[in-house]
Amino acid sequence: MKTFPIGGIHPSDNKQYSKEAAIERFPIPQVVTIPLAQHIGAPAVACVAKGDKVLAGQVIATAGGFVSSAIHSSVSGTVTAVDMKADAQGNMKPCVTIAVEGDEWVEGVDLSTTLVKNITLSGKEIVAKVAEMGIVGMGGATFPTHVKLSIPDGKKAECLIINAVECEPYLTADYRVMMEKGGELLTGARLLAKAIGVDQIYVGIENNKPDAIKALQVLAGSYLGIEIVPLKMRYPQGGEKQLIAAITGRQVPSGGLPIDVGAVVQNVGTALAVYEAVMKNKPLVERVVTVTGPKLARPKNLLVRIGTPMSALIDYCGGMDGVGKVVAGGPMMGRAVSNVDAPVTKGTSGVLLIPTAESLRQKPDTCIRCAKCVEACPMGLEPYLLAKLSKKEMYDEAEKHYIADCIECGCCTYSCPAYLPLLDWLRIGKGEVMKAIRARATKK
Amino acid sequence: MGTLVSTILVVSLLGGLLALLLYVVAKKFHVEEDARIDEVEKKLPGANCGGCGFAGCRAMAEALVKEDDISTLYCPVGGGECMKLIATYLGKAAAEREPQVAVVRCSGSCANRPRVNTYDGAGSCAVAAALYAGQTGCSFGCIGLGDCTLKCDFGAIRMNPETGLPEVDDEKCTACGACVKACPKMIIELRKKAPKGRKIYVSCVNKDKGAVARKACKVACIGCGKCAKVCAHDAITVVNNLAYIDSTKCKMCRKCVAECPTGAIIEVGFPVRKPAAESAPKAEAPKVEVKVEAPKAVEEVKPNETANKE
Repeated sequence: MKTFPIGGIHPSDNKQYSKEAAIERFPIPQVVTIPLAQHIGAPAVACVAKGDKVLAGQVIATAGGFVSSAIHSSVSGTVTAVDMKADAQGNMKPCVTIAVEGDEWVEGVDLSTTLVKNITLSGKEIVAKVAEMGIVGMGGATFPTHVKLSIPDGKKAECLIINAVECEPYLTADYRVMMEKGGELLTGARLLAKAIGVDQIYVGIENNKPDAIKALQVLAGSYLGIEIVPLKMRYPQGGEKQLIAAITGRQVPSGGLPIDVGAVVQNVGTALAVYEAVMKNKPLVERVVTVTGPKLARPKNLLVRIGTPMSALIDYCGGMDGVGKVVAGGPMMGRAVSNVDAPVTKGTSGVLLIPTAESLRQKPDTCIRCAKCVEACPMGLEPYLLAKLSKKEMYDEAEKHYIADCIECGCCTYSCPAYLPLLDWLRIGKGEVMKAIRARATKK
Repeated sequence: MGTLVSTILVVSLLGGLLALLLYVVAKKFHVEEDARIDEVEKKLPGANCGGCGFAGCRAMAEALVKEDDISTLYCPVGGGECMKLIATYLGKAAAEREPQVAVVRCSGSCANRPRVNTYDGAGSCAVAAALYAGQTGCSFGCIGLGDCTLKCDFGAIRMNPETGLPEVDDEKCTACGACVKACPKMIIELRKKAPKGRKIYVSCVNKDKGAVARKACKVACIGCGKCAKVCAHDAITVVNNLAYIDSTKCKMCRKCVAECPTGAIIEVGFPVRKPAAESAPKAEAPKVEVKVEAPKAVEEVKPNETANKE
């Protein structure tokens, strides 16, 4: 069975808590707070003001540049504020707050569940539709999808890879989509393939999800050029570069993009969102969120309107009793939440509740150069060295040791027997080096 | 015997030739360096702190000798006297600047600003600030992990374990600006030094609306603007719900201190007021006391070193 060539770790997947819970529609809250920066790139620019009436699916903020994304209202109601609100990490971010009144949608949105498979639009029209509907990468990185689908001049895509790996422990949102909305997912994949002008589609799934592999293999028979590729379970297989290496055997060059080896990678959630946007005319206003945790009373997979406070989801699933830490996303790459009243955004794949006993980090000790982090790094870097260089602010040296190639997967910190906060330092160093690289690029 | 003599001869000849070669090369590639650079470098404090914007005192000395107009160059450590000395030596006009001192603009001690979560990542303000807003409801205030104390070459800033905030020793502070750069929250500011070590400043950088700021911290500036109204010298501006006192305009009349409803404006080094006004002097009283004791403790207690050790 295929997998990526170097590094990686084997955390226990802990998907058993929420795996069997079918996707459930979460009731619309009374107030939603929709952040204007839910994606990588320039924040969107609000085009509604306090007091405006909005319908679900209506544009409330337009893209603030090419690498940006439009934002739509997830509910119908009245705009009560366009101001700064604290995000999940407590930082103030521009948001639109809407008081909910009923559930009326803008015209033209098809809310039925009938599967439409007939693709009539051209590739360019699909990309335009994806941009219009505000679709971003839903695996967590939230990179605007239309940018990824716009292949730069001189490059050629050869295959589309659907990232159905979901290698993050605990999360089951993508798994449930594969089980329940396989047809929609594969049609979405065909749309994406048409947008980038390729025929070959690979769907990479880890072997800890045998039912999903089987289910999609059955469905794939009725689609052209879709190959389901079972992969050996290993974190971080869902990393773009790791997934490309696992499926095609090609290595993305240092500092390069997947398109340099002819691949475009899209997440399961994104494929579903693209299907709904193109076939059903429905903007990205809701997503599947896994709410889970070892001690949680009712772990669930919820279909949530964007802007719903995370605290509402937590209360719905059993509450905060005995919880020491809340994480938005998975335990490996997700970010700790200091403000649980912050809203669910386009990138919130899960809300993980970690019990108090497991929530604190161990006390860090001294590095003994055991090189476990080097062995674990899927990018072939030397995390112990890079962390040290970052700490000493030796950024030039860190750049020479390829710190910019770090994918921030956290394998180094996970594997360190001295519990050193390696990734914390690496991120700082990477940030500084990327800043320097960008400064050099603009100078030229 | 013959071998010995020939060896001595060959080696001596070789030595002589190489010496000649070295002499010729040294003459040919001789770099004429202005002797004044050495002199100027001697006059500079030699702290190599980078406070002037150059890599070290040597680079600063080179610039001072090279540039015709040195009014933009200033050594904060040596101060006005040092610059005057150098300027007279070089026969140029010296930059005249008011002496400055670093001021920590946050009073969010554990008592004033309750902690709402626990941070247990890498012990560095830069790392914590990159991850999230902080351990309290205030996303602007001091993180308290002491990046500023690590960057100070003069031992002038140290963490007070009781308040969890950094404190500046005015005697040792050279206003080089290293702590200002180190603070990811931009709390530390270089302000004009007033006689007798007196200071009046808004000890808060919170830009949230009044209610939000007050909820997070008892002594936050709520941007009410009372201080700006009472100021007779136009020294106070309120921008983004935050008051700021311009130290170059402030005449130290202390009217704003009495007016501030939250005690966000702090006065340091003034005699205790005779009339009732109790709240304000109380807030600053412990600060002055600690400052007197501070210098002794600096050498032995470095509370932050343990926290940052890996």
